[in-house]
Amino acid sequence: MDERTDGFEPKIVAFLCRWCSYAGADLAGVSRMTYPPNVIPIRVNCSGRVDAEMVLAALEKGADGVLIGGCHPGDCHYVSGNYKTRRRVTLLKRALSEIGIDPRRVHLEWISANEGAKFQRTVSWYVNEIKRLGPSPVAEVVDGQA
Amino acid sequence: MPTPRIGVFVCHCGLNIERTVDTKAVAGALSEYPGVVYATDYDYMCSDPGQNLIKEAIAEHRLTGGVVAACSPAMHEATFRRAAEEAGLNPYLFEVANIREHCSWVHTDRAAATEKAIRITRTLVEKVKGNHPLEPIEIDHVDKCLVIGGGIAGIQAALDVAEAGFEVILVEKEPTIGGHMAQLSETFPTLDCSQCILTPKMVEASRHPNIRLLTYSEVVDVSGYVGNYTVKIRKNPTYVDPDKCNLCGECANVCPETVESEFERGLASRKAIYIPFQQAIPSSYTLDEEACLGLQPLRCSECAKVCEPGAIDFDMQPVIIEEEVGAIIVATGYDLYPIGNLSEYGKGEVPDVIDGLQFERLLSASGPTKGEIRRPSDGKVPKRVVFVQCAGSRDPENHNPYCSKICCMYTAKHALLYRHAVPDGEAVVFYIDIRAAGKDYEEFVQRATEEERIVYIRGKVARIYRDGDQVVVWGADTLSGKRVELRADLVVLALSIDPHPSTRKISRILKISCGSEGFLKEAHPKLRPVESLIAGVFVAGAGQGPKDIPESVGQGSGAAAKAIALLAKDKLTHAPEVATIDEEVCGGCGVCVAMCPYSALSLNSAGVAEVNEVLCEGCGTCVSACPTGAAQLLNMTDSQVREMIEVALDG
Repeated sequence: MDERTDGFEPKIVAFLCRWCSYAGADLAGVSRMTYPPNVIPIRVNCSGRVDAEMVLAALEKGADGVLIGGCHPGDCHYVSGNYKTRRRVTLLKRALSEIGIDPRRVHLEWISANEGAKFQRTVSWYVNEIKRLGPSPVAEVVDGQA
Repeated sequence: MPTPRIGVFVCHCGLNIERTVDTKAVAGALSEYPGVVYATDYDYMCSDPGQNLIKEAIAEHRLTGGVVAACSPAMHEATFRRAAEEAGLNPYLFEVANIREHCSWVHTDRAAATEKAIRITRTLVEKVKGNHPLEPIEIDHVDKCLVIGGGIAGIQAALDVAEAGFEVILVEKEPTIGGHMAQLSETFPTLDCSQCILTPKMVEASRHPNIRLLTYSEVVDVSGYVGNYTVKIRKNPTYVDPDKCNLCGECANVCPETVESEFERGLASRKAIYIPFQQAIPSSYTLDEEACLGLQPLRCSECAKVCEPGAIDFDMQPVIIEEEVGAIIVATGYDLYPIGNLSEYGKGEVPDVIDGLQFERLLSASGPTKGEIRRPSDGKVPKRVVFVQCAGSRDPENHNPYCSKICCMYTAKHALLYRHAVPDGEAVVFYIDIRAAGKDYEEFVQRATEEERIVYIRGKVARIYRDGDQVVVWGADTLSGKRVELRADLVVLALSIDPHPSTRKISRILKISCGSEGFLKEAHPKLRPVESLIAGVFVAGAGQGPKDIPESVGQGSGAAAKAIALLAKDKLTHAPEVATIDEEVCGGCGVCVAMCPYSALSLNSAGVAEVNEVLCEGCGTCVSACPTGAAQLLNMTDSQVREMIEVALDG
């Protein structure tokens, strides 16, 4: 581990859809499933509300990773928002790698209202994944330009 | 906009939050935060004194908005918004920061949890700064209810809604309503005849002026929203006109095609043209097109030739019926766990190893043996019957992990009725535990064990196989610690209860969740047991979880009461956080129009997008698709989200 990542606690923003993933996170809480405190949740009505600008804004403002939680395919409360998210995230990941940002800094996961355990697993895994990736270079670059 | 004057109210929730989050520190940090003029903490913000504290602070500090840092907004958002409204503030200027489910309950490090709670609360303060006062949107609704599933839960729900004066459409995929209850012989713990108590309700449902019965029908599509659902139902052709059919049965007499009867669970056969059982509702024959030699009259048409009233119509086609309804009750019921999965118990290939519903048919006076207990293989009266509980239940390694709840009771009933029918017969029950929690249930099991001399062996059966004309049962008696080997004439498996396979399909059509075992998920396991997470969609019966008749009926009535409360309202209201279009910025590209799943957007005569706020559900898909930023979601605009992101990460 180099100096930069030693004791590194990543900052992660999670956009959680109100009907599935946010409720799944509630269930994880009700079930007292513990996970690392690095993720700050922001409730959106639908994962389809999450656009590239929101993800880029998070990275620019210092997020080391961005998690997006939506309903499983076919289960979207708003019919098809999650399919749109899936396409957007795929494109965004490609664009990120082209500008030299590791696409793993954005992660989309389907978590239903019933999947408290999956929420716990996802957050725990993602925090570790981002720890392995180290601090995001984006904020530094942005600061350097300012 | 006036300078924001925001109040922050941090709840301890007793120790639920306070144990891991330093609420005083959260209030302290927020009191320093820009725009916040007042911050405090309190034991229970949801209590009356807590709400009064909020109301007084609104007046005293002339608050323009507030954030309650407490439990999930799913719990008390409505409570706090109502309190704000009572203090004269628009309720949409109050938000809840979830520092319990998303923070104190999931973290152990107090310093880290406190810091996270501060960040979460700050995001909501930023949101409130950009919130506008809103009014709920009033919408009209349809006064009609759809009930999916015509078992006892669905029948009860349909009758209750109809009795309250609302129209009901009762959809059942089988040719008759009645569900599994129609197959049962007698019911525990009173030993009431199942059909005798069920058929009057079936008749009532079919005759009720407010109930439209659609049997042999399936819901294929649902769109819309609470109060205004559009439902498409496919009515499959029965090829028999129920109004003309006089139940003479001549058609079945001449029909050359024989298949296993589903109603008798394969213990008897039926013809391709059949009536499931004599009291079926609607009382009409049905032609099973899978079993029929061929619908082209030239191939057979023996039934049509003998049908005196001319009820048979080979040209009948499936019909799609479209209905508008305001509320939907889902009562899709259960099915037994597939016996084929139980290789240790013979996979259903041993003829004298049957399931509980087959045994019900053997016990039933209307069954294939007219109520005499005769085993399937050779028709002999079995002198020793072994009943195996938890067959496929409580077995997380191999089968279903859950308890199927009704099997302890019906097995006791089976053994007792068997002893009545075959007084010199021996009944042996293998059980893990006896779960007889219900009114008069324990007494019933006691009666079975003591008065009826039924042998209960505590232990699991490991293997069942055929040996000659008998069935060998290997088990363990866990009280004596000994291996048990019994030779039985008949084995009855209390198979686990699965959600009916149609449950998953219906849940997908309605976008209501199912749990990991496939049962319908209720909105709250304790407090909202008959509501789904989708407004206007309710759940009842064994499709929601294993349950017996009184519970299914109770839940049917509960779901009906919820539906009635909704249908009886003059107007429904709809969340006002909908999309808006800035006409100055909109370029009229129409991307949002194409993206909207509700057709709530259109281009107006000026060539700019326009939102129909009654149709808009507020998903925000248009907002993220809009290339110019003209589309915004009220109280969750792009700039609000940006501020929220920034303060979530700041420092």
